[in-house]
Amino acid sequence: MTNSWTDIKNTDLVIVMGGNAAEAHPCGFKWVTEAKARRGARLIVVDPRFTRTASVADYYAPIRPGSDIAWLMGMIRWMIENDKVQWDYVRNYTNASLLVNEGFGWSDGLFTGYEPEKRNYDMSTWEYQIGDDGFALTDPTLRDPRCVWNLLKAHVDPYTPEMVERICGTPKDRFLRIAEMIGECSAPDKVMTSMYALGWTQHSKGAQNIRGMAMLQLILGNIGMRGGGMNALRGHSNIQGLTDMGLMSNLLPGYLNMPTEKDTDFDTYLSKRQYKPLRPDQTSYWQNYPKFMVSYLKAMWGDHATKENGWCFDYLPKLDVANYDILRMFDMMYKGEVNLYFCQGFNPLLAFPNRAKLTTALSKLKLLVTMDPLETETSRFWENHGDFNDVDPAAIETEVIQLPTTCFAEEEGSLTNSGRWLQWHWPGGSPPGEAKHDTWIMAQIFLRVRELYRQEGGTVPEPILNLNWDYADPNEPTAEELAKEINGRALGQVTDLVDTSKVLAEPGKLLQNFTQLRDDGSTSSGCWIYSGCWNEQGNNMARRDTSDPDGTGAYLNWSWSWPVNRRILYNRASADLDGNPWDPERKLVWWNGEKWIGYDVPDIAVTAKPGTVMPFIMNPEGVSRLFSRGLMRDGPFPIHMEPFESPVANFLNPDLRGNPAARIFEDDAAQLATSADFPHVGTSYRLTEHFHYWTKHNPVNSVLQPEFFVEISEELAKEKGIGNADWVRVWSNRGSIKAKAYVTKRLKPLMCDGKALHVVGIPLHWGFTGAARKGFGPNSLTPFVGDANVETPESKAFLVNIEKTTPPTEGATS
Amino acid sequence: MTAATPPTTARSNPPVEQLESYFGPQDLVRRSATLDQPAPERELTKVAKLIDVTRCIGCKACQSACIEWNDTHPEMEDFAGSYMNPHDLTPEMFTLMRFTEWENPETNQLEWLIRKDGCMHCEDPGCLKACPAPGAIVQYSNGIVDFIHENCIGCGYCVSGCPFDIPRVSKVTNVAYKCTLCSDRVAVGQGPACAKACPTECISFGTKDDMKAQAEERIAELKSRGFENAGLYDPDGVGGTHVMYVLHHADKPEVYAGLPAEPRISPVVETWKGVTKYLGLAAIGAMAVGTTLHGLMGRANKVSHEDEEKAEDLVETEEGTKR
Repeated sequence: MTNSWTDIKNTDLVIVMGGNAAEAHPCGFKWVTEAKARRGARLIVVDPRFTRTASVADYYAPIRPGSDIAWLMGMIRWMIENDKVQWDYVRNYTNASLLVNEGFGWSDGLFTGYEPEKRNYDMSTWEYQIGDDGFALTDPTLRDPRCVWNLLKAHVDPYTPEMVERICGTPKDRFLRIAEMIGECSAPDKVMTSMYALGWTQHSKGAQNIRGMAMLQLILGNIGMRGGGMNALRGHSNIQGLTDMGLMSNLLPGYLNMPTEKDTDFDTYLSKRQYKPLRPDQTSYWQNYPKFMVSYLKAMWGDHATKENGWCFDYLPKLDVANYDILRMFDMMYKGEVNLYFCQGFNPLLAFPNRAKLTTALSKLKLLVTMDPLETETSRFWENHGDFNDVDPAAIETEVIQLPTTCFAEEEGSLTNSGRWLQWHWPGGSPPGEAKHDTWIMAQIFLRVRELYRQEGGTVPEPILNLNWDYADPNEPTAEELAKEINGRALGQVTDLVDTSKVLAEPGKLLQNFTQLRDDGSTSSGCWIYSGCWNEQGNNMARRDTSDPDGTGAYLNWSWSWPVNRRILYNRASADLDGNPWDPERKLVWWNGEKWIGYDVPDIAVTAKPGTVMPFIMNPEGVSRLFSRGLMRDGPFPIHMEPFESPVANFLNPDLRGNPAARIFEDDAAQLATSADFPHVGTSYRLTEHFHYWTKHNPVNSVLQPEFFVEISEELAKEKGIGNADWVRVWSNRGSIKAKAYVTKRLKPLMCDGKALHVVGIPLHWGFTGAARKGFGPNSLTPFVGDANVETPESKAFLVNIEKTTPPTEGATS
Repeated sequence: MTAATPPTTARSNPPVEQLESYFGPQDLVRRSATLDQPAPERELTKVAKLIDVTRCIGCKACQSACIEWNDTHPEMEDFAGSYMNPHDLTPEMFTLMRFTEWENPETNQLEWLIRKDGCMHCEDPGCLKACPAPGAIVQYSNGIVDFIHENCIGCGYCVSGCPFDIPRVSKVTNVAYKCTLCSDRVAVGQGPACAKACPTECISFGTKDDMKAQAEERIAELKSRGFENAGLYDPDGVGGTHVMYVLHHADKPEVYAGLPAEPRISPVVETWKGVTKYLGLAAIGAMAVGTTLHGLMGRANKVSHEDEEKAEDLVETEEGTKR
């Protein structure tokens, strides 16, 4: 989230699209209720189904799964055409006026530089025009045809309301009514918030869906504002923490990058990360990258990391491909290229696509280790459960070791919520049976592996042998020790960068925050963005002060949020060029003549004079991006792309399939189906009664939603002779499932490209372990392809067929 | 009308007096099958639970909290064509979200109406009036209608007496159950478990006056959103209720899964009440009157053939386990 859960109460208009907040985030949804009750805020829901969120919405419109970009570009087009633009914001705080390389363009649904054989773009033209001074050229009048604004206008031109209706199935009158509601929020004193979740991310162009709304929010001047922002509702209580801590194969903690094999040494690696400002006077905060990186390496290898050895940069693994994401790992496993796989708090047999492929892949492992507080389908993938897991255990040779872990309620530590708040928690109970903390298990494995290296040597043993492991009990680092290590320490004396006589931190002391990080080896920090979470003032994550001066919803003394306890990112943009709040009723930070003050930690140097340093300090331009340069693999503007399995052709180019820049493995491409055999659109989602695959182990949740079902419209039910609660079979080109049918008025056929399309809704909470009735997940059906940028699987739009059938068989084991 | 106080749900405890002990004989205003119930020793402030149906997202946190607080164990059923689970109120499930997909004929818009069903705690309780077992159903001076299970004879007349079809008789314990309005929590200054768990402040609890004032604000807000017929459900036919609803369509409560527009205590029950007064209930064998009224009121705790078979299976299974 750019903002926080509590800040949603400040909004005038909530749009829930690409998510179902009332269903999947009922506790956070209370802030929508608050905004409606206290501010008279309106709620819009755009979703293929009439959801629980829609049940309390002021206005609802349907949309075909996977057509969100066309809808959003249509909305931007309407705003421009109807002059619903926060002009001062757009001119000053976005890159609207920056000029783009003459070579950049697009045609037939593709941008310049497409290399079909590589499914990749040569992005060299996706850049600004750079002047002799090294800065990007601009035209503040927005007249130059090559300025971002004029290119954007041309780019969104095809997405008329009629085209939106044709592509998305959203009736034109509904689209226009929503456009009017959204358009009101271009006024400086009206703000909309966007709440989205996996309904936008789980597409082969998920990142571009989100870009589309972010651009709309920038055009409306709603980023950095109280009650505004782009608010990703994270799907786990700590999934924000997972990404922050860099638990991706291509990331290091704090959104630093894992080096690739082209980064042959530290200097080469850093040379690509200069982040020189692209406009005069701009902060370009990533210029501090070396400080974050050196401090990280010092946290990893301590005294072994020296300037001479490039701070042990060589110890880091180097990627030979873009990403060892989960899809790639399972594809490698499927090909017999993986021997050992660890699933720590992860149930891929239900969470990842094409379950048949996953089962085959797991069957080729020599050893599978699962670490989980609960029984998972993955750890039982070899067990026959009739139709629910139709495998032959005798034919599977994989050895499976289940390591029972504690659950969050039995642990001390912090969880990072969607609003970037790190909230400390304490154990509420003792672990049952043999369950151990994950930290204990990992420490035991590490200590044993290190001992093996000590005794037997090995190839490049140094990263293991020299790892900093300075804990009171090496067998089990405590949460406090880890939090302090993440926060960072002064290793030498840390002095002020300008006045070097001023000592900021003595050796051994915890750092105040990341502004004290240095690139000379005098500081360490495990995750720079978390620096400040536990400093010499104590554990800031454990703060529980509910005071909130003037009721702004900031709660600055409740827990701690990254970065530096800032609650609303880009909050300098809540004030105009002169530093006065756009909306006096919704003041956030402002310039008092000498410095920035206000209700939040200013997102700019406190003495940065208004009019020079622009609000988007992480960007070398200092402004936000309507045109994202070469930062996204599938284009600098979001362009309409169909899902890989779509019932209609791409109207921009019928030869394109899916996202042209998304990776797809050969075997998986061969399994893609067409609407000739699979005429209906499948989509997956959660139900509020359950949390993923956990709560089916709990009898209470299982009573409240006991059995797997799929949702279909009355029209489709009639066509197929299916009655409510009848058994149906739903199948794709990859698998088949059985479910009870829920025949509902909440799904209606969508008219798209002249065809009536039916959506089959498939919730995801059932499996073959636990207290609830056995069932299937949508992942038996979904395609094995992910987003072009981040490889999130396309679980929200795929093709299926459906027929009435008989109940499934339970199988011998239970 | 007093000014509305802020809603009191999960955020704070309700503004009702904290008592030294649970409600007892000193708080009774009515007692089933009891003539000449003396006036209570103390007068408690009238309380109410307000359920704003228009804010409900159907998350069932209330059902979950109800199960946990009352330590009940509802049976896990199957999917039966709706999000509603269990399929009905049961002796183990005192509250239930009832889901209705309603196409509003005036707007042609689909509305998904979700109503939390459960005991309405009528000011004039039909269950209590129908009950032939002395002291099995009581009403406290704060308005809460409570079942005192050790006095219950499982006859099921409370079910027939209820204009809302709420109580359920357990086939295991042969005792009737329903929502207690968490009288055990309210007695010590806590709100009902369901209100505490509700994430959207759909369920509030406090004094009846405060809840009515709060409802007025909600209704005004709903009218500003175009729900011209928004209103409070606090039906006169049962003397008002201590569980009230804010409805978007207060002119047609039936659309909310059959919420009765004009609930009344069955005339049979009213007659029965007269008869008991005339005969003097302490003296009668409930059996004699019961036989007379059985056919009229129906729904006694019959054991079906199927139930007997199931019970036999259970016994056999248990014996099998022992062996």
